[in-house]
Amino acid sequence: MPRKLNDYPSHCNMSRKHSITIKTFDNFISQKVNSIPSSGIRKFFDLLSSMEGVISLSIGEPDFVTPWHIREAATFSLEKGYTMYTSNYGLLELRQELAKYLELHYGVSYHPEHEILITVGSSEGLDLAMRAILNPGDEVIIPDPCYVAYSPCIVLAGGIPIMVPTSRENNFAIKTSDIEPRITKRTKAILIGYPANPTGAIMPKEELAKIAKLARQYNLLVMSDEIYARLVYDVEHTCFTSLPEMKEQAILLSGFSKTYAMTGWRIGYAAANSQFIEAMTRIHQYTMLCAPIMTQMAAIEALKSGEGDIEVMVKEYDRRRRIIVKGLNEIGLPCFEPKGAFYAFPSIKATGMTSEEFAEKLLLEEKVAVIPGSTFGQCGEGFIRCSYATSLPNIEEALKRMGRFVNKNH
Amino acid sequence: MEQIFQILEQNARVTPEQISTMLGIPVGEVEKTIKQAEKNKTILKYKTIINWAKLGKEEILALIEVKVIPQRDAGFDTIAEHIYRFPQVYSAYLVSGTYDLAILVKGKNMQEISSFVTEKLAPLEKVQSTVTHFLLKRYKDDGEIIELAEEAKRLPITL
Repeated sequence: MPRKLNDYPSHCNMSRKHSITIKTFDNFISQKVNSIPSSGIRKFFDLLSSMEGVISLSIGEPDFVTPWHIREAATFSLEKGYTMYTSNYGLLELRQELAKYLELHYGVSYHPEHEILITVGSSEGLDLAMRAILNPGDEVIIPDPCYVAYSPCIVLAGGIPIMVPTSRENNFAIKTSDIEPRITKRTKAILIGYPANPTGAIMPKEELAKIAKLARQYNLLVMSDEIYARLVYDVEHTCFTSLPEMKEQAILLSGFSKTYAMTGWRIGYAAANSQFIEAMTRIHQYTMLCAPIMTQMAAIEALKSGEGDIEVMVKEYDRRRRIIVKGLNEIGLPCFEPKGAFYAFPSIKATGMTSEEFAEKLLLEEKVAVIPGSTFGQCGEGFIRCSYATSLPNIEEALKRMGRFVNKNH
Repeated sequence: MEQIFQILEQNARVTPEQISTMLGIPVGEVEKTIKQAEKNKTILKYKTIINWAKLGKEEILALIEVKVIPQRDAGFDTIAEHIYRFPQVYSAYLVSGTYDLAILVKGKNMQEISSFVTEKLAPLEKVQSTVTHFLLKRYKDDGEIIELAEEAKRLPITL
């Protein structure tokens, strides 16, 4: 456990500073970190934890447990004594399997030895990518609303996030016509994440192609977070780096968390041109060294024989998706059809409440937990994120309670 | 169509309306498919899996290996039918290997199963021999794990 300053014994010369440190504690924290807001839902979390009988539609992870054969591969690796460091890049066998997987599913080929890096969750990949490419003051374009980590990751790496509004009218896809006016001399990259958390939006291939064109035109790097790539419904996912020339000009970030219900394992990957991967690995080798070996062993098993699991889970999500979208529309919370991930993002504007008010009141009055859309950016205001990664009976009951709530507050 | 049955196999209480929404097909079509399947015995029955141990009910199951003499023209079917018609027989299968029929027999206690074997099953003319295995513990039935209801232990909120 880290030692706090006032834990030092009195004979230690730190004690002289005791009273000062308390008052100026913030001075010890870097300005950069101070500039990042702590998660806006802390209050919510505490409130929720103290209540009973709450149905949570606020969980951003699968409700499936990791399939048994994958768990078994990890325990087997422990029994066999796989407890060592691996190559900084990750186990070669895992990278080889990944290369095969990316070729098979998206038709994009990466060299397993120099173009793939195994990371501790795709979150680490995002951080590495930002730190590897940004100089102080460089700008990165991101959609608004978007996953909560994008903006802080950019700031921590010394960059400036430039939010591009997206709207329900465009199914929350990011438009190049909105990106282009925001490009400046300092713009270095565009970070996109589709299928999207929190909206469930996807980007049609032709829209991605427009972004690729823009990237070529202005010589921008694109980072594509495709953690939800396999969770799409009635559509095919297009991997951004499979677009012409984009393999050289984009970094693919993804992982195993959502696809194989492996969130707690913390394993992801980055795939890109060898120079980007080399730069990212330089940071990774000094900060993380490598992803845990047993997790990597489990990931190999997931890639080798996890396709059946994905099919079962996707079918199940799709059924729940249809139920929740129909239900939300019926109770007066209009919801566009999310084609990916496991979130519905209905509008609550008709209630006249802000999304935070709505979420808090709904939790207190009807014990249903949802996430205010404003948590994910200004353009998320007026919406709430409802995760359907929960059982069907839970979804049905939540809809019933929300219907009652909307009726009362209309 | 297959998906309708997959859903019902998991949970027979899902309504046709819900199935219609889940799969994006008209409710009339779902109802028609189910009705037809009930009629032609694609759907055999709707039942509930009960963990009787929770109710403190003792229930004894035995897996019995049965060696029989097949009959001309009928093979194993006639003798199998003779055996599975007994209400004590819960499941019956013709199997390959060192014996012919594998049957699951249910009873209130060991005595009941023993008397079924000694008085009804073993004396049958076409039955050559039987080996009875009493089941000691049920771990998994019909794809359902009995004791361990494994749920993801998730935090109530994650972004």
